[in-house]
Amino acid sequence: MISFLIYKTILVIVIFAVSLVVAMYSTYGERKIAAFMQDRIGPNRAGPFGILQPLADGVKMFMKEEIIPDVSNKALFILGPCIAMLTACMTGVVIPWGDAITIGGEKYSLQITDINIGVLYMFGVLSIGVYGVMIGGWASNNKFSLLGAIRASSQMISYEVAMGLSIIALVMMTGTISLKEITEQQAGGNWNMWNVVYQPVGFLIFLICAFAETNRTPFDLPECETELVGGYHTEYSSMKLGFYLFAEYINMFISSAVIATLYFGGYNFPFMHDLGLSENLITILGVVALFAKIFFFIFLYMWVRWTVPRFRYDQLMNLGWKILIPLSIGNIMLTGLITLLRQKYHF
Amino acid sequence: MMIKYIFYFLAFVSVFSALMVVVSKNPVHCVLYLIMCFFSIAGHYVLLNAQFLAAVHVIVYAGAIMVLFLFVIMLLNLNTQSEPHKSTWLKFAAAITSGLLLVILVGTLKGSETMVMPVGNPNAGLIKNLGNTLFKDFLLPFEVSSILFLVAMVGAVMLGKKEIK
Amino acid sequence: MQSNLYDYLPILLMFIVAGGFVGGTMFVTHKLGPQIKSKIKLDTFECGIESQGNARIPFSIKYFLVAILFVLFDVEVIFMYPWAVNFKELGLFGFIEMLTFMGFLLLGFFYILKKGALKWE
Repeated sequence: MISFLIYKTILVIVIFAVSLVVAMYSTYGERKIAAFMQDRIGPNRAGPFGILQPLADGVKMFMKEEIIPDVSNKALFILGPCIAMLTACMTGVVIPWGDAITIGGEKYSLQITDINIGVLYMFGVLSIGVYGVMIGGWASNNKFSLLGAIRASSQMISYEVAMGLSIIALVMMTGTISLKEITEQQAGGNWNMWNVVYQPVGFLIFLICAFAETNRTPFDLPECETELVGGYHTEYSSMKLGFYLFAEYINMFISSAVIATLYFGGYNFPFMHDLGLSENLITILGVVALFAKIFFFIFLYMWVRWTVPRFRYDQLMNLGWKILIPLSIGNIMLTGLITLLRQKYHF
Repeated sequence: MMIKYIFYFLAFVSVFSALMVVVSKNPVHCVLYLIMCFFSIAGHYVLLNAQFLAAVHVIVYAGAIMVLFLFVIMLLNLNTQSEPHKSTWLKFAAAITSGLLLVILVGTLKGSETMVMPVGNPNAGLIKNLGNTLFKDFLLPFEVSSILFLVAMVGAVMLGKKEIK
Repeated sequence: MQSNLYDYLPILLMFIVAGGFVGGTMFVTHKLGPQIKSKIKLDTFECGIESQGNARIPFSIKYFLVAILFVLFDVEVIFMYPWAVNFKELGLFGFIEMLTFMGFLLLGFFYILKKGALKWE
């Protein structure tokens, strides 16, 4: 019991720290990639190649004055960013970061916990994430914040439906909603392909919804600076603003991890059991493979940001309700039909 | 042993937050306490090994219905911080009604400690078993519920449209 | 039963770790930053002009409608998960069952579209 707790605590702290560090360096990566795409240099003063820039940003955030407007609802004003940050960190618990690692004959799984409702847990956390934005924006008692918060929350709840529907087609094939089992089904060998091969439409819908859920361009209407100043975090300063921005990057990281796990085989990589490597080495390489996939998707987020212009709000709502939802229902029906035909004629 | 303490903790949280829902003056605080209450109830479901139900409780109640509640509260004009004073007569009626409810609840639960829980399948709450039961034995109620959804959608659209014009 | 509960314990651990971090950071940033307050600084931002009234204003009913429809669709999506997990065992029968369910869902959906409830100007 005690050893179990210690092992889990260490794992939790490691994964928490990793998400923070990845999120920190995503901000650096974002600026560097933006600079590259716009033919600039980007941050290059703090340390070699500006590598210490995220630390400098963090210290700056800490040292800034904390401003809580007079007319705002103080307790809720503080609670908003806290909820945003907390929910961003909570999803990491169910993601299988790697297979088991063997130390001294004892197997230690690199997934913090394998609950058999993994996908639903993820949705639960996602649906709570709305409150961070909503409460923060409302508590500010600022018109821009209120508009930003309401836009953000209706956007997030609209795309949550399409996201849920897009995963159902995947679950129909896997027959389980435990993320660990979904990953294991995609293990190399025996012509087990990654799920993206069977579910390309589902993957695309999920990807679009992930962009919308994390409020990234082209869906960054909630903080669209040309209309709403800063959106729901107009009134925020110091680390409270930092939390909102940081939560966005953690969400990016976690959603990339979820995409990699659900559709791109998670920690599996091709020929993993054919090279004659030891189990521990395979596990470590698997973690590296997973992170390579995650970094690719984080890069994709940034790539899209500097490529695609922002939607208009009616376009955004139409895309969510009138295109993605019917499309994902069609995808479910098609998947069901093909699976049944395959069952019947064994191909 | 540990389960007992977890149960007591969750029970305390749910009762406390439920009380705070009633006591809080600010409606937004009430909503937040209600969300907390839902979370602790989801914890109870996990203790009973009804994992799917716990997830549904969080997603549907805490994640969807409470968002709707918050929208409604934000939509209402909350400029007047103190709500209008309720008449004594109203308070009196409310006290009697809730007192009667309490009597009924106590009356129902009084004999319950001697009741023996029917021992069913302890894994009935897992999503796989639940789906099997729902889609084989309870087929008709499931299909009827879809009609209920249809009615709710029509109702929502009707209400919404009336406000726009 | 036991093992199942242990599966949920790490979620609590993560909550404690993340909560501790959030709380600690909030406290530290509160202590570290300078504290010079003035009336104007604590006003809400409204593009430089003095703020008019407050933001407790009613907004478009559209958002409210979206929230109601979200609740309905969310429940329907949740209903589909137990079905999807058992899809292969339920086979054709289950598929037809779900087609009926989805038929009603789509009926409602088309009604919503026809009535223009999701039309944004």
